[in-house]
Amino acid sequence: MSMLPDSHGRFGPYGGRYVPETLMPALLELEAEYAKVKKDRRFQADLAYYLKQYVGRPTSLYRADRLTKKLGGAKIYLKREDLCHTGAHKINNAIGQVLLAMRMKKRRIIAETGAGQHGVATATAAAMFGLECEVYMGTEDMQRQALNVYRMRLLGATVTGVDAGSRTLKDAISEAMRDWTTNVRTTHYILGSVLGAHPYPMMIRDFQAIIGKEARKQILAAEGKLPNYLVACVGGGSNSIGLFHAFLGDRKVKMIGVEAGGSGIVSGKHAARFSGGKPGVLQGTMTYLLQDENGQINLTHSVSAGLDYAAVGPEHSLYHDQGRIEYTYATDTEAMSAFDLLAREEGIVPALESAHAIAEVAKLAPKLKKSQLIIVNLSGRGDKDVQQVAKMRGVEL
Amino acid sequence: MSGRLEATFQRLREKKEKALIAYLMAGDPGLAETEQLVVALEQAGADIIELGVPFSDPIADGPVIQQAAERGLKSGTTLRKILDSVKSLRQRTEIPIVLMLYYNSIHAMGCKEFCNAAKTAGVDGLIVPDMPPDEAGPLKGPADAVDLPLIFLLAPTSTPSRRKLIAEESHGFVYYVSLTGITGAKLSNVADIQQNVKKLKKISASPVAVGFGVATPEDAAQVSQMADGVIVGSAIVKRIASHQKDPKMVSHVAEFVRSLKAAMAPA
Repeated sequence: MSMLPDSHGRFGPYGGRYVPETLMPALLELEAEYAKVKKDRRFQADLAYYLKQYVGRPTSLYRADRLTKKLGGAKIYLKREDLCHTGAHKINNAIGQVLLAMRMKKRRIIAETGAGQHGVATATAAAMFGLECEVYMGTEDMQRQALNVYRMRLLGATVTGVDAGSRTLKDAISEAMRDWTTNVRTTHYILGSVLGAHPYPMMIRDFQAIIGKEARKQILAAEGKLPNYLVACVGGGSNSIGLFHAFLGDRKVKMIGVEAGGSGIVSGKHAARFSGGKPGVLQGTMTYLLQDENGQINLTHSVSAGLDYAAVGPEHSLYHDQGRIEYTYATDTEAMSAFDLLAREEGIVPALESAHAIAEVAKLAPKLKKSQLIIVNLSGRGDKDVQQVAKMRGVEL
Repeated sequence: MSGRLEATFQRLREKKEKALIAYLMAGDPGLAETEQLVVALEQAGADIIELGVPFSDPIADGPVIQQAAERGLKSGTTLRKILDSVKSLRQRTEIPIVLMLYYNSIHAMGCKEFCNAAKTAGVDGLIVPDMPPDEAGPLKGPADAVDLPLIFLLAPTSTPSRRKLIAEESHGFVYYVSLTGITGAKLSNVADIQQNVKKLKKISASPVAVGFGVATPEDAAQVSQMADGVIVGSAIVKRIASHQKDPKMVSHVAEFVRSLKAAMAPA
């Protein structure tokens, strides 16, 4: 399992490197440099230092007693990525890639962002190391995640609105790729999820795999056994692959990825790639896509900007086909109820993205025995969503 | 035998002329206009037509071509309809037509079905900007089977080993991207282009055409000194965009193309 991808960046039929030739040399350079740092003790020690002292790792594995009691079934643990500096798992990857960019002598950083969490994480890492940073964000997302836009600006980043297509994450990625194509000699593109051309899906998975490595040790220490289920939301798929990866070899551990069901699959307004999509190529990689019969990419919808994307990481596509990971979805309404549920039962306001995973736990836990264990990845905290949720409920702040 | 494409470069070489390759976004503003434009641009001096297939997420294109793609999609243009248009154009013209399209458009139809349909319609070559030779495997077989050349792009950032790979794999012509960037950017570093094209011509059996950033008759004149072909895209599309409702749009664009070709005349 961990041998994937192959030397062409393939996860079975998925992945690869579908990019303009201008970017090919940069991707090959990145791949070579990444192969070096993987074995470089100094780099790994630096990374470990920043993750511990700056990000605050390891994050805790918290036993959610009241939620467990309320749902009346399996025992539920939350992997608290929301406690990372900047409020989500995105910083794990941002720090890793900034360190890599500095080794490659690239002093300018660009990134895309949907919910703003990856943009904030990248702006943060860039500020810490004194690098120039520009973040692309769809104008629709800038509206619904206004707080994060201002946070990025406070951190010294330039936030550039993208007013094309659906004005969300997909369009922000296209614009970041165009910037990278133009400034590739001086700039490193910090992609935020396990998407895009090789080596990004592999490299970002590796940077996020720490989530599962910690969780595996923590659950064994707490319970003396492996969990029955892992649950995580899937936008591009970085927090989920981060949690799942260390458990892929544990055949008895079941894994559930939760996509954005939006207004429901029948409505067509959703981002559930495995429920309504088929394989194709978008933004550098072969993977499941929401597309029409002519291969045009469909507009997506989700209450959560971070899950609102037409493609999914290629490694997920392989595990979907193999049946190793089960993919389901939660609708906007279900995610909103889960948002309240966790706030009221545990005193934790989750990100709307993570609320999709909680929504699945709310369905799953009651069906399981009390002796069974679920770990759910609480990938981010919900501070950024408070304003939007209030607005949706007609509450004036 | 690549047929029309090869014959065109041969004919121009004999006349000591360079090929003017004019880019049009199919279906902008509609396919009927695209067909009229192809015929008119040929009469105005275009030697080869590069026909863009509108795609929702064109990562290699700047704003001018992105907006043209949006207009093309809005007018209901699909790959199948474009192939029908090419077929109907073949009643009227023998100008070589190469398609520029993103890989997902091909993948959605299926490589084999697409290559057969394109060849039957009278398409003379394929440019797939998000498919480097490294990923061309599944398309190469079906394209070779019907003798449909795959034209690859080579960039200023390409390393020597990649230059060699692309020069070998590219058929019909090699598309040299004049700048590190996306379509419609401003032409710069003409000395660099000259040097890179010179190196490329030494290792390429196919003609070399230069595109991205060629916007004016002066640019076309400069680039035609060094390459076998000059590709003009955004500058043409911009004129179509600003004359969308003008009944004289076609003749206006043709006039611009005539000025490009005139500037490329051998000294």
